[in-house]
Amino acid sequence: MTRLAVSAPGEKMAAVQDGGSEPEGEKEPQPELPSDGSSAPAATPASKPEEQQQQQQQTLLAVLQFLKRNKLIESVDALRREAGLADEPDEAPGSEAGGGVGGAAAGSADSADASALLSRVAGAAQSGAASAPAKGGEDQPDVSVVLSAYSQQGDPSLYQVYYSGLKKFIESVLDCHRAELSQLFYPLFVHMYLELVYNNHESEAKAFFEKFSGDQECYYQDDLRVLSGLTKKEHMKGNETLLDFRTSKFVLRISRDSYQLLKRHLQERQNNQIWNIIQEHLYIDIFDGMPRSKSQIDSMSGSLAGEARREANKAKVFYGLLKEPEIEVPLDDEDEEAENEEGKPKKKKPKKDSMGSKSKKQDPNAPQQNRIPLPELKDSDKLDKIMYMKEATKRIRLGPETLPSICFYTFLNVYQGLTAVDFTDDSSLIAGGFADSTVRVWSVTPKKLRKVKSAADLSLIDKESDDVLERIMDEKTASESKILYGHSGPVYGVSFSPDRNYLLSSSEDGTVRLWSLQTFTCLVAYKGHNYPVWDTQFSPYGYYFVSGGHDRVARLWATDHYQPLRMFAGHLGDITCTRFHPNSNYVATGSADRTIRLWDVLNGHCVRVFTGHKGPIHSLAFSPNGKYLASGSTDGRVLLWDLGHGLMIGELKGHTDTVYALKFSRDGEILASGSMDNTVRLWDAFKAFDDVETDDFTAATGHIHLPDNSQELLLGTYLTKATPVIHLHFTRRNLLLAAGSYNSQ
Amino acid sequence: CSRSTEFPAKMTETREERRFAEVPRESIKLMAESAGVELGDDVAAMLAEDVCYRLREATQNSSQFMRHAKRRKLTVEDFNRALRWSNTETICGYGAQDALPFRPLKEGELFFVEDREVNLVELALATNIPKGCAETMVRVHVSYLDGKGNLEPQGTVPSAVQSLSDDLLKYYQQITRAILGEDPHLMKVALLDLQSNSKIAALLPYFVYVISGVKSVSHDLDQLNRLLHMVKSLVQNPYLYLGSYVRSLVSSVMYCILEPLAASINPLNDHWTLRDYAALLLSHIFWTHGDLVSGLYHQILLSLQKVLSDPVRPLCSHYGAVVGLHALGWKAVERVLYPHLPAYWANLQAVLDDYSVSNAQVKADGHKVYGAILVAVERLLKMKAVSLSASAEGGAAALQGSVGGMMGFRESSPGLSPPPEPLSEPPLGIASHLQAGGAGCQWEEWTPVSLPDMYCELYSFFGDSLAVRFSTGPALGGAPSATPIQSSDTRKEPGSGAANLESTRKMPQLTANMNISPRQDGSPRTEPAPPSLATAPGRLGGAPKRKKGGQSRDIFPKARFPPPQVGPPAFSFLIGGRQMGRRCQGRRFQTSFTPTPSLTSLPPRAYAHKLPVIGRVSKPVRRWTCSHYSLYLPL
Repeated sequence: MTRLAVSAPGEKMAAVQDGGSEPEGEKEPQPELPSDGSSAPAATPASKPEEQQQQQQQTLLAVLQFLKRNKLIESVDALRREAGLADEPDEAPGSEAGGGVGGAAAGSADSADASALLSRVAGAAQSGAASAPAKGGEDQPDVSVVLSAYSQQGDPSLYQVYYSGLKKFIESVLDCHRAELSQLFYPLFVHMYLELVYNNHESEAKAFFEKFSGDQECYYQDDLRVLSGLTKKEHMKGNETLLDFRTSKFVLRISRDSYQLLKRHLQERQNNQIWNIIQEHLYIDIFDGMPRSKSQIDSMSGSLAGEARREANKAKVFYGLLKEPEIEVPLDDEDEEAENEEGKPKKKKPKKDSMGSKSKKQDPNAPQQNRIPLPELKDSDKLDKIMYMKEATKRIRLGPETLPSICFYTFLNVYQGLTAVDFTDDSSLIAGGFADSTVRVWSVTPKKLRKVKSAADLSLIDKESDDVLERIMDEKTASESKILYGHSGPVYGVSFSPDRNYLLSSSEDGTVRLWSLQTFTCLVAYKGHNYPVWDTQFSPYGYYFVSGGHDRVARLWATDHYQPLRMFAGHLGDITCTRFHPNSNYVATGSADRTIRLWDVLNGHCVRVFTGHKGPIHSLAFSPNGKYLASGSTDGRVLLWDLGHGLMIGELKGHTDTVYALKFSRDGEILASGSMDNTVRLWDAFKAFDDVETDDFTAATGHIHLPDNSQELLLGTYLTKATPVIHLHFTRRNLLLAAGSYNSQ
Repeated sequence: CSRSTEFPAKMTETREERRFAEVPRESIKLMAESAGVELGDDVAAMLAEDVCYRLREATQNSSQFMRHAKRRKLTVEDFNRALRWSNTETICGYGAQDALPFRPLKEGELFFVEDREVNLVELALATNIPKGCAETMVRVHVSYLDGKGNLEPQGTVPSAVQSLSDDLLKYYQQITRAILGEDPHLMKVALLDLQSNSKIAALLPYFVYVISGVKSVSHDLDQLNRLLHMVKSLVQNPYLYLGSYVRSLVSSVMYCILEPLAASINPLNDHWTLRDYAALLLSHIFWTHGDLVSGLYHQILLSLQKVLSDPVRPLCSHYGAVVGLHALGWKAVERVLYPHLPAYWANLQAVLDDYSVSNAQVKADGHKVYGAILVAVERLLKMKAVSLSASAEGGAAALQGSVGGMMGFRESSPGLSPPPEPLSEPPLGIASHLQAGGAGCQWEEWTPVSLPDMYCELYSFFGDSLAVRFSTGPALGGAPSATPIQSSDTRKEPGSGAANLESTRKMPQLTANMNISPRQDGSPRTEPAPPSLATAPGRLGGAPKRKKGGQSRDIFPKARFPPPQVGPPAFSFLIGGRQMGRRCQGRRFQTSFTPTPSLTSLPPRAYAHKLPVIGRVSKPVRRWTCSHYSLYLPL
């Protein structure tokens, strides 16, 4: 049995580090993979006894390839002579194309091998430029893997018989098992179809597809559409969706009873074809206990690679909030000042830090304060915190009875060009990313935006004066908005730094840019993604930021490093949105593979994989207490997740189009969702979290019964006028701000 | 190769949604041929299939660019991005925002994008330069207050009454029912309340809407009247901020003034009064709320002028225009009516000269217009004189006094002798607009005609009908002088009032008009001349006076020049009342004016000669006095 290379993030990371060690051609009937990223894969190509030697050879090959790509012909010759390597690997014309893969259409003239390389590279390319040698190294073995993966097959005409036989069996079993075993249909169908295509049985493949595609769950429609277009072996190379199928094992969760039933059936029938596929391409996660119901299964399935393995969600997540630094807050500034003027001693001041009582106790679920190094608070940050707390005292407590007021910021005259919006935390600035590569910043308050004076003018300023911060600003540049030019493609993500000094923008041009909001110029362009960067976000503590894009890798950066600090690899599709956990120790990413992953910033491990969405995920939001995560996708549903237990705990149905914006109110009582369907909906988050019974059993199995209470949780639906809602923000006093561009068509 | 076939391919894709795009192998072969390559069938078929697949793939890839741009529409731009990221050359030339329509060509089953030739020269020299894209901006809008608020989409205006509170709704229904209903007492109460209620701001749009219904009830004078009263009440309500609703109100009022209402068809209907009232209302709205809408004055004048200069319009419209101008103040008359008069006169004359029976009604209307014009120009003359004297003396007080005097006169008996009384209805009185008219009209460049010239010209039209006279200045209060003066222009009145030879059909109109209390209908035309102008005794030199007097001896046969007790004698004009449709109090006006140029150059009274034909001047002087007295009888 051939096990395909890889998808666990750890493995990918490994691939980046030591290219040749990527497992390949591994013939090990090992049903379970080590949990994500926790260990390097055991690469044991059983067919070749001398693993060590082979690896060396691969490394050599990789180096050769790299040299060749860089046109270092002499070195190539020299190396080959020294290594005594006679056989030159196949010329790979695709090597140039290697830089531009990712869904690339390779020329039909490409040789099979080259295309295989191409597709393989597409799979591995996400590791970034650093993995270039690795790709070369993986090239040769991988081709054989792909070949072998689909080469052993029986009579193509029997495929329909096999499949319908299994179908008949599953339909005949007891109801409780039927739902579970039905999960097999989709992956089996896909793999059988691909085998047929791969072996050039085009007509059989078509017939097979015609006959059984209708049986598949409706939420796989998108994938089926891709599949149906694919009828040639040549096309399989370079097709991302297919690559995902081949490179990842489809995960099914089946109770032991059901599994036994299936196994017995297949053994009785001597149905090796199906058994082989199950062994090769499926990962069956067997659990003890009651089989799950159809609705339970449906709620969790839908992702590109099946459900998450149970092990994937076992790691401990420190979801608690960090202890707030103790800041001496002069409460009631006005009164206090007045009193002080009257001669009262200011004895109250030191006592009155409102954070004190709350933050004295360390949250047991919170990470160590210094688990990841955080920037120290500057004076201005402390001032801002004080402002924040003052505002917080005036905050409206929201609930089902007291819903927030909504202000809508409408972008006019954008000609369908608005792609991203962000507000500063204090709601004083609004930034928009546009399809015309610009980033625009507006001041929402009467305070205009000013640039810092030029260097020559700055030297004239009296640096000792009290109002030096005011003096350095150039009054002549005051304006309501500023335009930031620099990107060369649509800007898909913008994010303000918490201190409002910086702005991040990510663009189709593959860069993330850091802008200064003092000078309104670009400070850094972070390069590394090479493909469109769909989203970026600052850490709530500043300094760090995360970005994710088409290359399926999320990257963690620090503003003062031009290279990423961490690379979070593991998604099988584009990373469409990225969010920092409120305690800055975790990063959540949503992907086009219809999963959400939570990554540990400290070690880069994937600590949670959430499946259940039926479409690409376009919005994420952490609850203010850090315990929960909400996610919205193109299917219009919002799902709620418990991070600590790794469980889905709610499903909010109501939107009819992609949910592009999610935000919890400041106290976490209300969840606001904004969608392409021109509505803002408010949900009773408190009730949603409260209703969930998380006993040990559900926590252990992850099988939760979702109450279908969307209608009870929905507190209000608010229409806009032909304006899709693409961003939501709660002010510090819990006023809801929404933003979108008016779409007159 | 694949690139050039993309369009037909996409075409088929959109046509049949279920099946995928299929590029026929013929297309491939054709493309190959055009590139100079001969392809076999099997090769073409394979290529075609591959092209289809690549296209599908690119389309799928492009959809993610659309999704991340948060759009619903896939653009060429998205497709090009997908191509670029897959290292394929992009397709240029299809970047338009709008959908490009495919057009089928039947014969060849060919589809193509319409691609018109653009004449660059024309484009470059075109005068209508396309507007640039408006600047991107952010506008904030409080959509929902406390999660409640209107559940309507953002930006819509409340469309119906139901968004009002129940109380307001009830109030609105009661008020409209009362005003438009039958009971005059109820109406009065409702109007009074509307005039003073401080809490009806929310209802303003609805009332304005109701009032704009004038157009649908143009057959019903009574209803029109009620609506106009509603306007008056709204305008007078001190708690209402009319804002831009002024425009709507003005247009409703203008409708009543100018339009040939359906009610006018029946000569028994007294639409004249309605027009008078509406004109007064217009001036009131303008003087009190005109500042809310910029350029309102100008607009009103323009539309009045347009009506006046349109000979096709019926006479009642012209009448409306004249009274409208009159109500807007003498400056408006001076600016619009006066310059237009010579041209208009010819038309009017033609009407008035036509004695045929069929023309009787029109002729009667013509007389109304004639009367209206006469009143307007008379006041023009006298106000001009006042303004001249006022400017000479800085005599705002004088003006005020004169105004008070006018009012007082109106209220008093027609004996022309009562002492001045204060205005009883300050806001609605003519006083306000007269005053403001003096100050408020600012026209760009316009050369004023000197008073004497104006007088001469007007006299050439009206002859003795133009009852502006000299009289002894100080003896203002002593109205006796007025008595004889009246005669000059009130001839008409007795004619129609008693034994009218011309047409009996005119009678009802006249009586109808006379029945209206001047105070109620507020017609500007009924405003009498002030018996006692406070104009200080003229300080002019005697020479011009004398000249004038001497010159116009025949014009003002009754003018006397007794030496005033206050030094130099003052002139005083006396204006005779109008005949038609007006109460015919003689109006006396006293003022002094600047030295006039020699009046020897008085133009031949070409028009005036005609006037006797109309039946104005030809009557024996003796009867004037009689007519004068007769006029007072009804009152």
